[in-house]
Amino acid sequence: MHKNTLRTILPIISVTSFLALWTIYVHTAEVSAFVLPPPDAIVVALFEMVQTRELWDHALVTVIEAVSGFLIAVTLGVSLGFIMARVPPVEWAAKPFIVLMQLIPKIALAPLFILWFGFGLESKIFIAAALAFFPVFSNALQAFKSIEPGDKDVFTMLQANPVQRFFLLDLPNALPVVLTGAEVAVVLAMIGAIVGEFIGGNEGLGYLAVAHLQNLAVPELFGVIVILAMVGLVLYTLIGRLRTWFSPWHVSTGVA
Amino acid sequence: MPFDSNAMEKEVSVSGLTKIFGDGDTAVTAIANADLALVPGEFVSLLGPSGCGKTTLLRIIAGLEAPTEGAVEVRGQSIWNGKTRSTAATRPVSMMFQEPRLFPWFSVLDNVALPLRVARVDAKTRRERAARICETVGLKDFLHHRPTALSGGMRQRASLARALVTDPQVLLLDEPFGALDAMTRDSLNLELMQVCARAKVTTMLVTHSISEAAFLSDRVVVLAPRPARITDIIEMPFDRPRDLDLQQSTQFQSMVGRLRRALSEGA
Ligand SMILES: Nc1ncnc2c1ncn2[C@@H]1O[C@H](COP(=O)(O)OP(=O)(O)OP(=O)(O)O)[C@@H](O)[C@H]1O
Ligand SMILES: [Mg+2]
Repeated sequence: MHKNTLRTILPIISVTSFLALWTIYVHTAEVSAFVLPPPDAIVVALFEMVQTRELWDHALVTVIEAVSGFLIAVTLGVSLGFIMARVPPVEWAAKPFIVLMQLIPKIALAPLFILWFGFGLESKIFIAAALAFFPVFSNALQAFKSIEPGDKDVFTMLQANPVQRFFLLDLPNALPVVLTGAEVAVVLAMIGAIVGEFIGGNEGLGYLAVAHLQNLAVPELFGVIVILAMVGLVLYTLIGRLRTWFSPWHVSTGVA
Repeated sequence: MPFDSNAMEKEVSVSGLTKIFGDGDTAVTAIANADLALVPGEFVSLLGPSGCGKTTLLRIIAGLEAPTEGAVEVRGQSIWNGKTRSTAATRPVSMMFQEPRLFPWFSVLDNVALPLRVARVDAKTRRERAARICETVGLKDFLHHRPTALSGGMRQRASLARALVTDPQVLLLDEPFGALDAMTRDSLNLELMQVCARAKVTTMLVTHSISEAAFLSDRVVVLAPRPARITDIIEMPFDRPRDLDLQQSTQFQSMVGRLRRALSEGA
């Protein structure tokens, strides 16, 4: 069979067999629907949920939190990364904090952020930002540092001012690596927002999941997870697109 | 075309130039007390074995490396005031590096136009000028390609175009075609010679190749290593314009022989 047809057919086959096995297992092993509902029950629940205003309101809240947190993380990560790459003493001074921050499981900060910033959107935005910050920052620091001396010489010869050098050399040179970090960051921002919603507040998909759990509405709980996966996929794809758009020259994007 | 550097105005002058890297036991003298002067429009090659300070000399003239001692002047203006480079004095100087140093985020045209963009020339003018210079180096059909889509020879053409787009008075070339095969190199050298003659630019070329130096230059500066110094400056008395057949002549062969002897005497 042709390679391309195989590539289309095989994923369809694997997913259908997975769902079939799941259904068969649930029915033959008589698994309680409170533990693992069959796929069709989840599809039905999902179908009903997407028609309610409630779900989209909650989804919007989660997206706003994750995206705001992500944007804060990108802004801070890129500017701090650039400053530390350019002014090494700043990096030396900040080093202990960077190491410490890397060692702390950032998720453990979530309760603290609720304590400081309350049960509203702000605390979730900051949790999302805290989680998303690191991949952007460390990639930006590496990328801004890794400018070849020979490339700098070209700009020195041209007598470019610092602003020109930043926009014509440093930034485009760093962009592919920074955006790779951003791809990871957007997923972490989603996790941060959801964890925040688990802990406190009455809005967002994370809150909705907990609410369904307390009502033992298991198919709906699975439905929320599917929606979360979808939202995450959309955000991740968006950043990926941005990366190919902004750095079409880079090897990682595969076009010359 | 004979040059008498005392009688004519000097485009580039290097006097008493010394460069020492590091200090104490690890100090390396890259250049020791070098004197050299170029007249306008002259083509001079720096010929010498690896590590004798050719790149360092070029970088000091370009304002990329500060000298330990001595003075460098371009058109009568000092490139270095102590350890600070003078931006005004280096403005007429352009340098082409050993690697093409093109930026993959720009098209070939935008790479070539980069010096004009930094100099705030308006977009239309700089496109036109860059396109024109690309045409003279044979890149007309590749203006909108990315540099990664070019062959090694074409990348060096683009790099040369970028070095020439500002109409520099002094052009510094550090083994520009060193990484290319002999055939491409020959044809690029021929074009280089024509372009430099047409632009009337004063050129200083670093090379390892004796025949390349003899073919292109008005004068060849022979350097010796340890301690790094200028041992000889030899004039190439061939008429211009020159073509590749020149390399077959006995006069050319005898100049090549003379350069080879000068190199081995210095070593
Ligand atoms: N930045 C530097 N720091 C320390 N030593 C250096 C530096 N740059 C050059 N040198 C030393 O100065 C000497 C001359 O180097 P240079 O690169 O000018 O030689 P070159 O003639 O261009 O050699 P090649 O033909 O191999 O390019 C070498 O011994 C080198 O080790
Ligand atoms: Mg060199």
